[in-house]
Amino acid sequence: MDRLYGTHKPTGLVQKSILAVGSGIMSIADPSRDDMISIFGETTGGLALKYMQEKMVIDPEGDRILKERPIINSKTVDLEYLKTLPIGTLGKTYSNFLGKYNLTPDARRPVSFIDDSELAYIMRRYREIHDLTHVTLGMPINMLGEVTVKWFEGIQYGLPMCVLGAFFGPLRLGPKHTAKYLHLTLPWIVRTARQSRSFMNVYFEKHWHKSLNEFRRELNILEPPPKI
Amino acid sequence: MFIRTLSSINRFSLLSILRTHSTTSNTTHFGFDEVPENEKQTRVNEVFSSVADSYDLMNDIMSFGIHRIWKDHFIRIVRPDPQWNYIDVAGGTGDIAFRYLKELDRYYPSAASSIPLSESPITPTHTYIADSLEQTRIRPTSKCVVADINPNMLAVGKQRSIDNNLHNRIQWIETNAEELPFEDEQFDVYTIAFGIRNCTHIDRVVSEAYRVLKKGGRFLCLEFSQVNNTLLRYFYDQYSKTFIPPMGQIIANDWKSYQYLIESIRVFPKQKEFAELIRSCNFRYVNFENLSFGVSTIHSGYKL
Repeated sequence: MDRLYGTHKPTGLVQKSILAVGSGIMSIADPSRDDMISIFGETTGGLALKYMQEKMVIDPEGDRILKERPIINSKTVDLEYLKTLPIGTLGKTYSNFLGKYNLTPDARRPVSFIDDSELAYIMRRYREIHDLTHVTLGMPINMLGEVTVKWFEGIQYGLPMCVLGAFFGPLRLGPKHTAKYLHLTLPWIVRTARQSRSFMNVYFEKHWHKSLNEFRRELNILEPPPKI
Repeated sequence: MFIRTLSSINRFSLLSILRTHSTTSNTTHFGFDEVPENEKQTRVNEVFSSVADSYDLMNDIMSFGIHRIWKDHFIRIVRPDPQWNYIDVAGGTGDIAFRYLKELDRYYPSAASSIPLSESPITPTHTYIADSLEQTRIRPTSKCVVADINPNMLAVGKQRSIDNNLHNRIQWIETNAEELPFEDEQFDVYTIAFGIRNCTHIDRVVSEAYRVLKKGGRFLCLEFSQVNNTLLRYFYDQYSKTFIPPMGQIIANDWKSYQYLIESIRVFPKQKEFAELIRSCNFRYVNFENLSFGVSTIHSGYKL
């Protein structure tokens, strides 16, 4: 097999199985190995990525994303411009989010083990919009926020890594968060994920100037539960 | 990514992120943490120590532990002698050097502590420009020298030698195998194990070995080589290509190095060709011994 894209590492079925099993075990055994989590996602996500691809092709904005293949990193996104936007817009909130948690849009691992160029792009896009998903849903980076986003991604995209994270993540929540999770957050996020447009079809980069509330209305996102 | 952010971003580390913008004196940064300066080197060493540990684990897994047998056999072929000046090049974390000293102690127990390392070598601050390369060369300060191009591996080796109680018998030196900083004819035995295939110019490494060896000195190289049996070679190739890079990714987070490893093994000269290369550097009585059907090979030559 030839290399289909820059970071592609062609692998056979046996190698993918080794990677899938090994990375699954290592993700749990050593949670600091973030590369194991991303490799687990890549090796188990084949079917889900095809499902995501179908959903993108039939939506006009999603199809445009597939054709143009926009990339989100510190070179393609003008972070200085985002800072100048009015408060309450998607761009300004995203910029504040990155600043608050000391994040950079460059932190995503490159995709290596997916043997189709378009599916590899879809995986990459999924990783790059993760922070924007946080911002759009209004979820912080704590355990509860991450689990919520994983539920959202799991329902919308079907990636096994998201589904597993969504199921097992809540086991680590403290009592206060567990109560909130079960009564408020979980029902809200499941309803939201099923009703709203797929975020893979959202060309976020074209909506920086929009007010966040209007953006949420367009995507059919319900009002998030109040913060504790 | 998200689990690392989960574990690292809690209330307390958010505060410490804010605080990193103002370190007090005598502290420095280690990633997101603020640590006393003298602790930083320890922490850096710990990072490389764990990298070295995962590479050691990979060695065990790839070779099913057989690499230990190869190295033990290699040292038995060397047959250490307490009067020798010994150098292990590309010795990194000290695997071969420790075996050398332990084997020496087995056969010459009284010699164990009789040849101490001289006072820790004072690195001269050169305030002059030497007229020639020869003037900058040094003599070994110990009967056992370990040379490597990678300072982190040397640091790990130093730490391990302290744990093994062999610290004051080894001189650790950071250098390129193609240009050793030693004067001519300083050593009785020169070994290089699983290192020469990574060097850019193999012939220069062998020539340098010839230069620093005394007359009557021996050059010994343990390295991966070609499996001559066709059927075995097929299974060996399949095993290498299928298992080694993924295992390298999982255990050592390093697909590339292990992909490079299996490719560089196949690109390295075959047993006879390498023997010819050694002969062309003026070594005599050059021969080789295959280990594990040629997966590894020991080449040996004498300077006479």
